[in-house]
Amino acid sequence: MIPPRFEYFAPSSVDEAVQLLDRFGGEAKVLAGGQSLLPVMKLRLAEPKALIDINRIPNLAYIREDVRFLKIGATTRTNDLNDSDLIHTRYPILSDAAHEIADPLVRNLGTVGGNVSHGDPANDLPACMLALGAQFVVHGPKGSRIVPAHAFYQDTFVTALESNEILTEIEIPKTRPGQGTAYAKLEKRVGDFPIVGVAANLVLGAKGSVESAGLALTAVGPTALKATEAERYLVGKAPDDAVLEKAAELAEGIAQPVADLRGPAEYKQAMIRVFARRALHRARDRARGGA
Amino acid sequence: MALAEMPAASEEESGPYVHVGVTVNGTARGATVETRTLLVHFLREELGLTGTHIGCDTTNCGACTVLLDGKAVKSCTVLAVQADGRQVRTVEGLETIGKLHPVQEGFVEEHGLQCGFCTPGMMMCAVAFLQKNPNPTEEQIRRAISGNLCRCTGYVNIVKAIQHAAHKMTATPGGGHA
Repeated sequence: MIPPRFEYFAPSSVDEAVQLLDRFGGEAKVLAGGQSLLPVMKLRLAEPKALIDINRIPNLAYIREDVRFLKIGATTRTNDLNDSDLIHTRYPILSDAAHEIADPLVRNLGTVGGNVSHGDPANDLPACMLALGAQFVVHGPKGSRIVPAHAFYQDTFVTALESNEILTEIEIPKTRPGQGTAYAKLEKRVGDFPIVGVAANLVLGAKGSVESAGLALTAVGPTALKATEAERYLVGKAPDDAVLEKAAELAEGIAQPVADLRGPAEYKQAMIRVFARRALHRARDRARGGA
Repeated sequence: MALAEMPAASEEESGPYVHVGVTVNGTARGATVETRTLLVHFLREELGLTGTHIGCDTTNCGACTVLLDGKAVKSCTVLAVQADGRQVRTVEGLETIGKLHPVQEGFVEEHGLQCGFCTPGMMMCAVAFLQKNPNPTEEQIRRAISGNLCRCTGYVNIVKAIQHAAHKMTATPGGGHA
């Protein structure tokens, strides 16, 4: 299969890329890793008139902490997360997810920015971003703005990004003492879309009770879903197994899975509870200083 | 029909075009192609390097795996123009001066193939993996090749072939091969 014809541009700055997007008025697509875009073009599910390749823009791939945030540049490859000691030691939820995104070869090209901004509810990183309380730096013709993850995902393949905007950076609040994070995913085989996935983020206070909580679900709704009720339930409680079980039950309650080749809706609904339990347990154990 | 006999495409039926220059297996090569040309088609049809196979054409099977700046990628899901100015290594670049690469040798010695269709991609994946992890466990090998499908072997001998190469490369000073 060969993609449909398109004009190709490789701008050398974000501003130039934004100008090109603006010029094509919604008929152009940003090419980052291309691991979702090229397949949908080959299948004629997308036929953009132009591709704006942002891979040649310098300084868009990085992982670093500043005073407040972990900052990840848009064209950082998924495998860069796996190769990063900083991610491995301080943001294990991203390690959990990145080790199971697609397959090892796709991870060499697929980008963090693409995974986050594509708007596919089956992508793994959106739920992580919701659970972590991340925000995204977005560049458009009038400059940049910041969009919190919870306001970014609007519907399947519909995000807060305008057609002339590019997501350039992901900002995740820095890991605090007493914080533990985890992502648990069920898939049929490597490279397939997930059946379900759950992202958990727990911050425990000095006395061991939950100070703040983030919980979000992959592949069981039109977008990644933030389990707000479960998050609220957890705050202030000691995270014993019974409390985590109740939170997993509340998370299961918001899942809206649909039956497909990966299983019937009832199965996916039940698996949300199981994987929410696993993610919450692992997040708690990590928060307490365990593995 | 040979390429030269094909009727000239009209303006609307082809293009836009772009010149792509890559260093393939150490040699500078280039061609002017449609922007939509995939790297795998560029290698096979423009450069005549047909060792890189087209399998599923949907980013699943890994038969088209090549190294792009040293990293294993599926060349059915990369535009040729994305490789412009970069280094590409294909299965044709493994053997040097009549000497098989240790990974190739491993596949021969351990019978790491049956029909051979997945083999070029499987070996390119293994080459990149062993550069990064010269002393892998079996588990790590299995994870590393999890994006490359083989429908014949059941993977047992492929894993052995990669272990064979790892031993050979770590036993020989300088890894025996680049």
